Amino acid sequence: MNMIKLSWKYLIAKPLNTGLNILLLALGLAIITVLILIQDQFENKMTKDAEGVDLVVGAKGSPLQLILSSVYHIDYPTGNIDMKDAMALSKNRLVKNIIPLGMGDNYQGYRIVGTNHDYLALYDAGFESGEAWRKPFDVVLGFEVAKKLGLGLGDTFIGSHGIGSSSHEHDEHPYKITGVLSEKGNVLDKLILTSIESVWYSHDEGHDHDKFEADVSITGFPETDEDREVTSLLLQYRNPIAAVQLPRFINSKSALQAASPSFEISRLFELLGVGVKLIQGLAVAIIIIAGLGIFIALFNSLKERKYDLAVMRTLGASSGQLFIHIVLEGVILTLLGAIVGIAIGHLFLAVLVMQNEQGAISGLSAAVFLQEELWIVGYAVIVGFVASLIPAWTAYQTDIAKQLTKS
Amino acid sequence: MLSVKNLKFQYDSSTKFEIPDIHLDAGEELLIIGKSGSGKTTVLNILGGLLKPQQGEVKLGDTILSSLTGAKLDKFRGKNIGIVFQKPHILSPLTVVENLKLANFFVGEKGAQNLDLLKELGIFDKRKSKVTTLSEGEAQRVSIARALANHPKLILADEPTASLDDENAAIVVKLLQDQAKKFNAALIIVTHDQRVKDHISKHIIMGGLV
Ligand SMILES: Nc1ncnc2c1ncn2[C@@H]1O[C@H](COP(=O)(O)OP(=O)(O)OP(=O)(O)O)[C@@H](O)[C@H]1O
Ligand SMILES: [Mg+2]
Repeated sequence: MNMIKLSWKYLIAKPLNTGLNILLLALGLAIITVLILIQDQFENKMTKDAEGVDLVVGAKGSPLQLILSSVYHIDYPTGNIDMKDAMALSKNRLVKNIIPLGMGDNYQGYRIVGTNHDYLALYDAGFESGEAWRKPFDVVLGFEVAKKLGLGLGDTFIGSHGIGSSSHEHDEHPYKITGVLSEKGNVLDKLILTSIESVWYSHDEGHDHDKFEADVSITGFPETDEDREVTSLLLQYRNPIAAVQLPRFINSKSALQAASPSFEISRLFELLGVGVKLIQGLAVAIIIIAGLGIFIALFNSLKERKYDLAVMRTLGASSGQLFIHIVLEGVILTLLGAIVGIAIGHLFLAVLVMQNEQGAISGLSAAVFLQEELWIVGYAVIVGFVASLIPAWTAYQTDIAKQLTKS
Repeated sequence: MLSVKNLKFQYDSSTKFEIPDIHLDAGEELLIIGKSGSGKTTVLNILGGLLKPQQGEVKLGDTILSSLTGAKLDKFRGKNIGIVFQKPHILSPLTVVENLKLANFFVGEKGAQNLDLLKELGIFDKRKSKVTTLSEGEAQRVSIARALANHPKLILADEPTASLDDENAAIVVKLLQDQAKKFNAALIIVTHDQRVKDHISKHIIMGGLV
């Protein structure tokens, strides 16, 4: 027998009471856990995906939408821009590197993005098998796409028009898989990459077989004498001055819009922050209620236990030990609540991720444990300690003789 | 071994107790009788260090019990005094044997003889039971076992026979006597139960004649 075992015995003597208290606390802590997990991974992922992209240029519209669609591939593009404008911009001396993107198609909900090999280099992408596209309609699958769709080298498929998964199929030319990327844990995992030319040709009326046999452009813009469009451009500044001059210069041109990922993302987090704060407040309220519940349960149980406490004193327990006995009960209760809460939080996130295979949260992982979760345990124990202080003090002051003579 | 001198105690101005001096050697027995309200339980509480007398001293072995305070008093009581209450008061979340082990824990004993004790008291088979499943007589024996778990020098029993029939009353008194002899402990039984009188020769009467 020891103090922990003694408190534990008293807890399991009332399974319903104990269980409910643990559950209520666990619920509050589970919400906090999920918030922490999502926030951390979201921020990590978002900064990672935007690394190396100083500026995104696209059609006029919402700058946040432009960033979300062109960097993270989760929103709809703002529209297309004229390639002549794009090429003019690439000659600007403030631009170090420029990567065109062409979007508009999907296969089974996975976006088909037309670009050049610089895009692969930007994310330092490696190949699980095969190699990058060389001809029109060659595609490279992101790791997750290949895994989820069960496709491999040499397989072909027909893309659908539009960005969502329920759009109608092109009945023209099939795509052929020439490579599968290795897993990176970034946005590439969920994309189907191809050349800009592929995107153009799949929307053209009629087939021009000479074009289909020609090599596609590996870097820069495709060569063409037609009027073509691209969706957006990822830019790198040549020097710090560019950060000041370039966005202003581009935005003053009527057809184009420039948006900075870092600026838009911090704006997004600010917007989300309000919602996060609200949920956090709710969780804190639940935790406070749980703490109160534990306080009330302990305090009520004292009434029926004064006798037991007095008996313990006659057996040699000091008043300090009775104090510890009650505090331990509160602390064990909240410790269990914290562990259960963290478990529920991870489980909840796992289910959430499983149900949203392609959405913004599909890239999150429930199997990540953060240092902050140790803080949750710490806070929970503090709640248990505080909630049990007054009952423990009452136990400390038990008058043995009076208690025992009262029948 | 136990000596009580010049004890005076009062709850308030209307209830004053004059307590006769007591001298008891190891292995000796004493019966304190008196009618209801005469202060028997009060005396027992003083002897057990649960109440402080206003005057006089209680000495057990070389220790003046009435001068100890706080955790020192608690530990001394747990080690040296076994108290059997009128009602068993077994801690209900614990099993029978855990009740004994708790008594051991609070004074840092191992409790090597716990099971022998339970055997002798005829409740070995119930050692893993919760108190709610025990009969009154069994519960009373558990409380005796628990009082003896640390081999006290002094055993105090407050009306241990009050709720028992003649036969069981005799058994319980006999048990207490046997165990006290075995551990060479002093035994004090407090009661208004006339049946106990026949078993113990040394008497003190509280509050005059009964
Ligand atoms: N905590 C207390 N405060 C004030 N008076 C008390 C207190 N406890 C007991 N008394 C009074 O002291 C007197 C003696 O009480 P005590 O419990 O010692 O009697 P007793 O001899 O054990 O009686 P019984 O045989 O009924 O158990 C009673 O009159 C009782 O009312
Ligand atoms: Mg009494």
